[in-house]
Amino acid sequence: MAKELLKGNEAFAEAAVRAGVEGFFGYPITPASEFLEYMAKRMPALGRAFLQAESEIAAIHMVYGAACAGKRALTATSGPGLSLMSEALSYIAGTEVPAVVVNVMRGGPGLGNIAPSQSDYNQMVKGGGHGDYFPIVLAPATVQEAIDYITLAFDLADKYRSLVFIVVDGNLGQMMESAELPPMRELRKEPPEWAVYGAKDRDPNILTSIYIDPPDEEITNIRLLKRWMEIEKNEVRYKEYDLDDAEVAVVSFGVAGRVCSSAVKTAREEGIKVGLFRPITVAPFPFKQIEALSKRVKRILVVEMNTGQMLDDVKRAVGGRVPVEFYGRIGGVTPFPDEILDEIRRINESEDAIEDGMEKVQWLERLEERIARGE
Amino acid sequence: MVMEKVDLNLVYERPESLTETTTHYCPGCTHGTAHRLVAEVLDEMGIREKAIGVAPVGCSVFAYDYFNHDFVEAAHGRAPAMATGIKRVRPENTVYTYQGDGDLASIGMGEIVHAAIRGENITVIFINNAIYGMTGGQMAPTTLPGMKTTSSPLGRDVEIVGYPVRMAEMLATADGASYVVRQSLHDPAHVRKAKKAIRKAFEVQERGLGFSIVELLSACPTNWGLTPVEALHFVRDNMVPYFPLGDYKVIDEVAKLRV
Repeated sequence: MAKELLKGNEAFAEAAVRAGVEGFFGYPITPASEFLEYMAKRMPALGRAFLQAESEIAAIHMVYGAACAGKRALTATSGPGLSLMSEALSYIAGTEVPAVVVNVMRGGPGLGNIAPSQSDYNQMVKGGGHGDYFPIVLAPATVQEAIDYITLAFDLADKYRSLVFIVVDGNLGQMMESAELPPMRELRKEPPEWAVYGAKDRDPNILTSIYIDPPDEEITNIRLLKRWMEIEKNEVRYKEYDLDDAEVAVVSFGVAGRVCSSAVKTAREEGIKVGLFRPITVAPFPFKQIEALSKRVKRILVVEMNTGQMLDDVKRAVGGRVPVEFYGRIGGVTPFPDEILDEIRRINESEDAIEDGMEKVQWLERLEERIARGE
Repeated sequence: MVMEKVDLNLVYERPESLTETTTHYCPGCTHGTAHRLVAEVLDEMGIREKAIGVAPVGCSVFAYDYFNHDFVEAAHGRAPAMATGIKRVRPENTVYTYQGDGDLASIGMGEIVHAAIRGENITVIFINNAIYGMTGGQMAPTTLPGMKTTSSPLGRDVEIVGYPVRMAEMLATADGASYVVRQSLHDPAHVRKAKKAIRKAFEVQERGLGFSIVELLSACPTNWGLTPVEALHFVRDNMVPYFPLGDYKVIDEVAKLRV
């Protein structure tokens, strides 16, 4: 297939269609609504289920139902919707059925705004709902990656009977970019053996997340944890740019990572030995890879569009081996490559040790100066 | 010795749609009656093998232990949404929810109302016993005025917490609802009427006629602090007057059905 100019949200939706999604249930929310609108046309035309639910709560419980019925199902939303969906996400995880949720992140907390943000990192990566469970979280940085990872998300969801999140931000959802869609996959003909589809010539299938006897729940928790450990072993994904001889490493995910790649490129032209490490799976997080990275660079800069949520994970991986600095734009502000370039130049010349926690204090000082300058 | 041959006619047996399970419901609880009626209807219509039940949160959270067909367990109040998801991707299956009053009329009010508004082609069995059973007898949205519960120890004061909700009456106003009925389980005659209503509700779904709900007034002797017999009398004497029985919505196509 040839490359086409595609709008983010619509391309993600079409990618889900081609991955064999048979049920889309959603609720309008900016900046994810085009996903819903696209599905409203596309799914009925293919004879597949589309429904605009009365709330995000209902939408995700419909996804839950369709997933229990053994069909590929998904929804797309943004932070406020995700908060409402947290209940069902926990149930989906506890019932061990596969489902895919796309979060087109916007500024928060509260109603926040509709501008691109990465402030739902903790909400997605650390679970969001109640109980012990571990979702897979994929963080693409381009429309093409998002298309590819939506296909992957369904495969991972089925393979591990797991919840898989795709986190993008409003930038990616709204931008038009040249990308290639995969061919249409054939729909699954036979339901998975665990699904509910009618107990004909077999014992009933029961799908539940209740284990009233604590030892049973403990066994379930152990099973979920072991499955997660398997996922951690097999499914860590990331991209590296110019890291071979790098002395400074930038760690950044999603669109922020993409901004960083421009800055890294310019810095390289200036002769700065800098590279970029971009986690694709923010869960499972590439702890080992970043640990290894911290053994061969002098300094690390974490860049996010939040107040340093992934920063904690990076610091855990680095374990104090080298100084970790932070730069973020927040509240729906996307950083410019020049801002990151300034940071790279500064860090390249810095020999100072950084006391734990001071990376954020120093960043805030620099950020507030920048804001005062009207940047 | 010659045994006398007796022609035994089997008049009563466990429906195929029920499993052989010891009940966890309290003595005098009418959940068992409601379960059996649903199971008999599924048997009689020959739809057990394609039935998918959606259990609620409440005393009937373990409904799936008793029914011999596929089942899922929903979050509190969300059964109609979950049933919608199942039915929309598997329209060939028979999908029903089984919900109590706390589940359906309180936390799940949004989901049930919108399922009715959409005319979702599912069947809802709604057990109204005017109390939260599983959590220990708290006030429900259907608790009668003046009725004492663990969270309304002086009796439901309508000046403070408002009045009981009449779900059948409310859902009957939805254009999408095709069959809305309230029956009671307090004596054999009403149990027979309840079964007829359940049968009709499933027939509605099988014919693709849209949303059907059967509200069943039920007894909760344990949390009402009554004996099983007193509890049935309480349903008759106190609940039926507040929640009148009968058909609340029967669209023309449903009226033509003979069951």
